[in-house]
Amino acid sequence: MTAAHADPLGQAQPDGSGRPASSDHAVKIRTQHLSRVVKGVAIVDDVSVDVFHQEVMAVVGPSGAGKTSFLRLINRLDEPTRGTVYLDGVDYRTIPPRELRRRVGMVMQFPYLFPGTVADNIRFAPRQRGEEIRDEEIDRLLAQVDLPGYRERDVSQLSGGEAQRVSLARTLANSPEVLLLDEPTSALDDKAKASVEALIVRIIREQKLTCLIVTHDNAQALRMANRAMVMEKGRLVAVGPVQEVLGAESVLP
Amino acid sequence: MLNQFFHEPIALGLAQAAAVTLLSLGVMFLARYQNIRLEREILVALARGFLQVVAVGSVLVFVLQGPWALGLLVLLIMLVAAAFTAKRRVTTIPQALTVALLGIGVGAGTVILSMTWLGVIDPALTSLIPVGSMIIANAMNTCTLALERFRAEVESHTGLIEAGLALGADPRAIVRPYVQAAVQASMIPRIDSLRSLGIVWIPGLMAGMILSGTDPVYAAIYQFVIIAMIFATSGITALVSVLAVRGRIFTPAEQLILRP
Ligand SMILES: Nc1ncnc2c1ncn2[C@@H]1O[C@H](COP(=O)(O)OP(=O)(O)OP(=O)(O)O)[C@@H](O)[C@H]1O
Ligand SMILES: [Mg+2]
Repeated sequence: MTAAHADPLGQAQPDGSGRPASSDHAVKIRTQHLSRVVKGVAIVDDVSVDVFHQEVMAVVGPSGAGKTSFLRLINRLDEPTRGTVYLDGVDYRTIPPRELRRRVGMVMQFPYLFPGTVADNIRFAPRQRGEEIRDEEIDRLLAQVDLPGYRERDVSQLSGGEAQRVSLARTLANSPEVLLLDEPTSALDDKAKASVEALIVRIIREQKLTCLIVTHDNAQALRMANRAMVMEKGRLVAVGPVQEVLGAESVLP
Repeated sequence: MLNQFFHEPIALGLAQAAAVTLLSLGVMFLARYQNIRLEREILVALARGFLQVVAVGSVLVFVLQGPWALGLLVLLIMLVAAAFTAKRRVTTIPQALTVALLGIGVGAGTVILSMTWLGVIDPALTSLIPVGSMIIANAMNTCTLALERFRAEVESHTGLIEAGLALGADPRAIVRPYVQAAVQASMIPRIDSLRSLGIVWIPGLMAGMILSGTDPVYAAIYQFVIIAMIFATSGITALVSVLAVRGRIFTPAEQLILRP
């Protein structure tokens, strides 16, 4: 980490927006008036937020607040009805969708794995670009998600936690710059939750990833994130250092 | 029995129609006895079917005396009508009419034109129109079957498809298994009809030819020719329909449109 990135929180303006005063180059993802209206309902409503390079941003809020919809917009799985997203300052509508999705990887809340082996799933994305990923590389990715020796396992025989980690490894095989995680531990028991959480934090650090993570668990947000953004009814209602935002949250009735 | 009383063909036909209508009404009352209430539907369907087929028969009286090109025009109209019917059955599919027109048009069109040119289909209107309409009707059924199956496959795999998209995959590659499933599923009835030809069923055309005095062996061979043409039509229609719809269930930015 360079000095400029070491403490993104320290750069936050006093208005609480968390935006840096001048170091725009450190903004990895900027959403600008990002909105999606479906059948007259704004499921994401005018969300403008900056996520800094190598920062972990927790996305919190009640069920139905639009957190998943927000991540899907950043991955461009859905089209914004208004506003846009900048990746490294570039309007993402000018980036070919497949390249965008390789660079901004999304791990869904439910791990939809392709039928076949663990290796088939990890080979899938690079193969789409005509790249064949070597077995040693697959083993390295699996070691990263604490699944050594799982290469030839059939995905139908994995536990929920294992499937979730294969899903993560499959996205990491793309060497993404940004990782979008939708409640990655929601289906896991406490023990599995702690281990998945730890390995995610380790991977984000090692690979210098920028990360948005949706979570229902304030304690988890406090453990994992630098900053948090709170959504309600599609709108961004607060953003700032995670202790401040979630501290204030817990004081509310 | 009836032919002892009626000698005029149309009068005989009407008497025969009356007899089968009575039979159908009997079935209707049986159904009613079991609390299956379909009277309205059955009556409407009977009346409608009768009027439609008589109307077509009356038109054929004139058309069959017309020039060769008139036959093509009639088939073209049937083709468009078939596409509209297919479209109505698969409403949730984006641009269903274009897809159906393409699938049915290319499938039935290729087979009808090439086989007529070769002389497999007699260009005389008395043969071109009935054989052509049979081919078009089958193209329509295949098209609906294929699109319906493709829709069902995609809708039940949206999670997997979007997982693939989110990994930066080519949408066409992601839906490849569903394309295969849809084409296969829509071909199975045609394969079955080839396989069971003559054993399980003696198809209408062969029966008709025998009834009108054609040599049964020639009628049998020609029936095989028809079924094989229908098979070829189905193959082309299924492939073209599904490949045409494949690109249309995604936006230009490669987002999945088709959802349950
Ligand atoms: N394709 C869609 N069409 C219509 N409404 C939708 C669609 N997708 C999501 N919604 C609605 O948008 C709102 C936000 O949904 P979203 O899944 O983003 O919420 P969430 O914050 O992720 O909730 P949860 O915490 O329960 O996962 C919900 O009311 C949902 O019903
Ligand atoms: Mg959600």
